[in-house]
Amino acid sequence: MNALLFTLTLAVYLAATVAYLAYLVKPREILGKVSRWLLMAGFVVHCAYTVDRYLEAGHTPITNLHESLSFFSLAIVGLYLLFERKYRIVILGSFVTPLAFLIMAGSTGFPSAIMPLNPALKSKWLMLHTSMAFLSYAAFTVAFGAAIMYLIQQYFLKNKKLGPMYQKLPSLDVLDEINYRCLTIGFPLLTFAIISGAIWAESAWGTYWSWDPKETWSLITWFVYAALLHGRLTTGWRGKKAAILAIVGFFVLLFTFLGVNLFMSGLHSYK
Amino acid sequence: MNIVVVGLSHKTASVDIREKVAFAPTQMEKPLKALLALEDIAEAVIVSTCNRVEIYITTRDIAGGMARIKRFLADFHQIPAETLEPHLYTHHGEAAIRHVFRVASSLDSMVVGEPQILGQIKTAYGYAAEYKTSGIILNRFLHKAFSVAKRVRTETKIASSAVSVSFAAVELARKIFGDLSDKTVMLIGAGEMCELAAKHFITNGVRGVMVTNRTYERAVKLAEEFEGKPVPFEDLFDQLHKADIVLTSTGATHFIIKPKDVEEVIRRRKMKPMFFIDIAVPRDIDPKVNDVENVYLYDMDDLQGVVASNLQQRAEEAKKAEAIIDEEIGQFHKWLSNLEVTPTIVALRSKFEETRKAELEKTLAAWKDLPPDGAKRLEALTAAIVNKLLHPPTATLKRAGQGGRTDLYIDAIRTLFELQTGGSEAEELGELEE
Repeated sequence: MNALLFTLTLAVYLAATVAYLAYLVKPREILGKVSRWLLMAGFVVHCAYTVDRYLEAGHTPITNLHESLSFFSLAIVGLYLLFERKYRIVILGSFVTPLAFLIMAGSTGFPSAIMPLNPALKSKWLMLHTSMAFLSYAAFTVAFGAAIMYLIQQYFLKNKKLGPMYQKLPSLDVLDEINYRCLTIGFPLLTFAIISGAIWAESAWGTYWSWDPKETWSLITWFVYAALLHGRLTTGWRGKKAAILAIVGFFVLLFTFLGVNLFMSGLHSYK
Repeated sequence: MNIVVVGLSHKTASVDIREKVAFAPTQMEKPLKALLALEDIAEAVIVSTCNRVEIYITTRDIAGGMARIKRFLADFHQIPAETLEPHLYTHHGEAAIRHVFRVASSLDSMVVGEPQILGQIKTAYGYAAEYKTSGIILNRFLHKAFSVAKRVRTETKIASSAVSVSFAAVELARKIFGDLSDKTVMLIGAGEMCELAAKHFITNGVRGVMVTNRTYERAVKLAEEFEGKPVPFEDLFDQLHKADIVLTSTGATHFIIKPKDVEEVIRRRKMKPMFFIDIAVPRDIDPKVNDVENVYLYDMDDLQGVVASNLQQRAEEAKKAEAIIDEEIGQFHKWLSNLEVTPTIVALRSKFEETRKAELEKTLAAWKDLPPDGAKRLEALTAAIVNKLLHPPTATLKRAGQGGRTDLYIDAIRTLFELQTGGSEAEELGELEE
């Protein structure tokens, strides 16, 4: 049952990705609608998969890379659907949905068997800490998509290359706004994830902060986004600079999430 | 019944001819009624814009109808018929349908895809409807033309891009700023082009206008015109950061705005994007300004480049539009040819005959103790009833057919008895209210 729901989610996400990419080529209204319905269907199945796994395992299913990647993807899709509702920019999906699909597909590369929970993780903090972290990651992923679009569109405008892609992409202003909105969602969530992690660490390991690689890199990520938020609010790091920083931030974040787990050992490597 | 089009347009006549044959929009009753008074003209619509004058009629006699309309145009405007003749084009049948569909879809316009023509035809049709000079055929025909135009508009990108320099500037601003309603435009210098562009920005909803000029009085005068704020030329760089969109067209022979000025200004704006439009030749703004972050500079050549590529795109979209029109012509043509007397009588008869036969068979099949000649007698009885009932409408139709106005009866009969026609009525009605 669980495996079936997973496969179904992956298949529907693939279909939605294809539809969104087709929309990028031919922005027909009907294609946009199909894309949205597919992604929503995928989201529903994905939720069902996650809940089913929660019931089967008896704990929050974010305890290994397979589960984390899946939840990351779920958070991206959920957040993106909210953004599409608010801003009505279907083409954003052409940039975000493929990422969600790739992350979901990436989770197949790791063992999916439900393992008994590591005793250190048995805590009410597990759900809060991990879901906050991944929701913030999702916000930064949407920001990454919008930032890529921003850079493409500003390249077209600067160089006066006003081809079909320029016509399809939305205004710089709205892309910058999405970037900012994601930052204001993602940053508090990340902050909260780090704080809740520290409190949890105190109760589980006896110390708030132990410079575990995950902690160190989370802090680096936090500083990148803090710098961006600060720059935005004070000296006006908007537009191109904000877009570039959102992209840099996203790669730092990817390393914090994947790089640390794959290449470094520490308290956070639960394989 | 035939649809006939007689007219002239910017393609066949120069403006001095066009203005002579134009009809005043407020006085359409007289020409419309005069047209209906002519021999064998059942319906009439007059379309008169600055680029075309066209008359659409329905008539039984194509050649005669065309000749009468030509004479009418010459007489009504008191122009010698020989002067007018070389500029006039005439269409009938399928060609007339195609012509009107193309005109309504703005494929025949001077600037292909311009949106005004559809409204102008709707207005023209409004007059004809008001003075009751359009009837069932032209009503249906023009509603169809409106729906074709709408289809062309939504299914092709024929009108999606700007084809004038000032519209191109507004469109670029939209791609930079999104919503323009909280943006401010600053005009530096004056000039027709610059003012036109400013007007476009104002009609597209910018919030504020600032005007500066080397002669302060001119700035004040122009600011009044745009309900904006005059700025002394010396204060330009103190005020420039308040503007999101800057239009320049001064007579200066050197650059008045340089990269380092703009860097300063943009810092004061906390890096909020700026859009500079340099319409002056020689240019007012150093092209290197475009390299400043979050600043976009377009000069006259850039804007004209945008317009040229948009025009090319329209030409490609026009091909798609022609295909849509081809599709729609067939449907309408079928409906029109159904409005003839003979096919209608045939269709009506066969409908009655089918019903009669079906009911008769049902009765005969269930009738067990039918007398030997019963079937024959029932056959004769039902046939007689059907013939008697069909006689008056058939006779009326044939009689009306000689008189001219059969279309009303035919359409009524086809609708009441559900005889098949092309296209659905509901889809096309209600178009005009938009």
